[in-house]
Amino acid sequence: MLDLIQSLGAGTLNAVATLGRALLHLIQTVLAIGEPIRKFSLLNQQLFASGVKTLSIILVSGLFVGMVLALQGYNTLVRFGAEESLGVVVAFTLVRELGPVVTGLLFAGRAGSAMTAEIGLMKSTEQLSGLEMMAIDPYRRIFAPRLLAGFIALPLLAAMFSAVGVLGGHLVGVELLGVDAGAYWSQMQSAVSFKADVLNGLIKAVVFGLVVNWIAIFQGADCVPTPEGVASATTGTVVKSSLAVLGLDFLLTAVMFSV
Amino acid sequence: MSDQNTTLVKIRDLHFSRGSKTIFSGLNADIPQGGITTILGPSGTGKTTLLKLIGGQLKPSAGGIEVDGQQVAKLSRRDLYALRKRMGMLFQSGALLTDLNVFDNVAFPLREHTELPESLIHKLVLMRLHAVGLRGARDLMPAELSGGMARRAALARALVMDPMMIMYDEPFTGQDPISLGVLLELISTVNSALGLTSIIVSHDLAEALSISHHVVVISEGKVVEAGTPEQLQNSSSDWVQQFLNGRSDGPVPFQLKAPDYGQDLATTEARLDA
Repeated sequence: MLDLIQSLGAGTLNAVATLGRALLHLIQTVLAIGEPIRKFSLLNQQLFASGVKTLSIILVSGLFVGMVLALQGYNTLVRFGAEESLGVVVAFTLVRELGPVVTGLLFAGRAGSAMTAEIGLMKSTEQLSGLEMMAIDPYRRIFAPRLLAGFIALPLLAAMFSAVGVLGGHLVGVELLGVDAGAYWSQMQSAVSFKADVLNGLIKAVVFGLVVNWIAIFQGADCVPTPEGVASATTGTVVKSSLAVLGLDFLLTAVMFSV
Repeated sequence: MSDQNTTLVKIRDLHFSRGSKTIFSGLNADIPQGGITTILGPSGTGKTTLLKLIGGQLKPSAGGIEVDGQQVAKLSRRDLYALRKRMGMLFQSGALLTDLNVFDNVAFPLREHTELPESLIHKLVLMRLHAVGLRGARDLMPAELSGGMARRAALARALVMDPMMIMYDEPFTGQDPISLGVLLELISTVNSALGLTSIIVSHDLAEALSISHHVVVISEGKVVEAGTPEQLQNSSSDWVQQFLNGRSDGPVPFQLKAPDYGQDLATTEARLDA
C-alpha cells in the first residue's frame, strides 16, 4: 500500500516536472520564431515536410469520410423524407468536428511522429549538441521552423479535408443515391454559417496545430538519446497528441457550440 | 606551439554532479595554449562531461572554468555563442547533419555566421576538405561515409571557422589502423600548421601519448597526475603505473569489494544446508 502511494507521488512529481520542461521548451521555441520568418527557406522546407507530405493521406481520408457520412446520413434522413438536408448534415459534421479532429489525429500519426523521430535521432547522434557547439541555436534552427510550419499546415489541411469531404458527400449522395444537386448545395449554403461553423472549426484546427506540434517537438527534444528512447518518444507523440486532440475537442465544442 | 607558457583553459576547483552521482569534486587543471593536451582517464570518469563543461553546454555546481580569460559559466548567451565560434568540437560520432552532404556540412557554419559570397565559401570549403583528404567526397551524404571519414569531414567543419582551439571527444575509438594513422597525423599537423590549441579526451593511451605535449590524468573526479608524456611514464603513483601498463590488479583492485572469500563460501554452504 505504502509502495503504491509512493509510486503515485513519484509519478505525479515526474509528470509535473515534465510539464514544466515542456512549457519552458514551448516558450523558448516561440521566442525564436522570428528566425523562420526572416529565413523563409527554413520554413519552406518544414512546410513541405509536414504539410505537403501529409496532404495525400488527408485528401484520401477526407474523400472517404465524406462518402461514408453521405451513406449513413442518407439512410437515416430518407426515413423521415428529409434526404434533401444531406448536404447540411455532411457539411456540419465535417466543418465543425471531423475536419479538425481527424486531421489532427492523422497529422499526429504522419507528421508528428516523423518530427519526433527526426529530432530524437538528431539528439542521439549529437547533432543538436554539435549545432550548439557551432554557436547555432537549435531553437531557432530546428524547433521554431517546425513549430511554425506545423501550426500553419494543420488548419490548411483541415480545411482541405472538409472541402474534399463535402465533394465526397456529393459524389455518393447526389451522383449515386440521387439526392437533388440543387438541394444538396443550397441547403448547405443557407444552413452553414461562416462565423459560427467554419470559423469555429478553424479555431479548433489552429489549437490542435499548436498542441500536436508542441508535443511532437518536445517529445523529440526531451527523449532519452538511445534507440529505445527515440522509439518510445515517437509512440508517445502519437498517443499523447491523439488524447490531447480528443480532450481539447470536447472542451472547445462545449465552449463553442453549447450555447 | 608559439605560446607554450600561457594558459588557455584554467579549471579551478570544479565540482559537478549528475543526480546523486558526483563526477568532479575539486578538479584543478591548466591547459596550455598552442599544444596538444590529452585528458586521460578510465571509462566513466566524466572526460566527455569535462569537454561539455568547457564548451558551456553544462554548468558546474561549484568552481569554474576560464577559457581565454572568460568564465564560461558566467557568460551571457550572446557572449557564450561568440566564444563558441572560436572553439571547434569534434564529437565521437562526427555529428554531421544527416540531411546535408559533406560539402554543405562543412559550409554550414560559414553560411550561418558569415555573409561571405558563395564563390569564396566554395574555395574555403574545398581548402578544408583538401586538408583532410576528402575533396573527392564532397557530394557524399554522411550515411555513405565510413566512421573515420565522418570524423575527418567533421574535423574539416570544425576548422572552417578558424577556431583558436579544438576539442576531440574520443577521436581514436573504433578506428582501423589506417584511419587511426590518418587521424593522428591530421590532429598533429593541423595543430602545428594552424597554431591551434587541441584538447583530446581519450583512453587510447599509446595513440594519445604519441602526439601530446601535455597530459592530464583524471580519476574519481580529481586530477591524479599532470605533465609531459615523459613525466607521466616516470610517475611514482601506483595508480598511474597501473593505468599506463594496463595491469589488471593494483590500486584499482580486480575484485570488487566483497566479504572474505572463505567465509562467503562457508555461509553459502550453511544456507543451502539449512
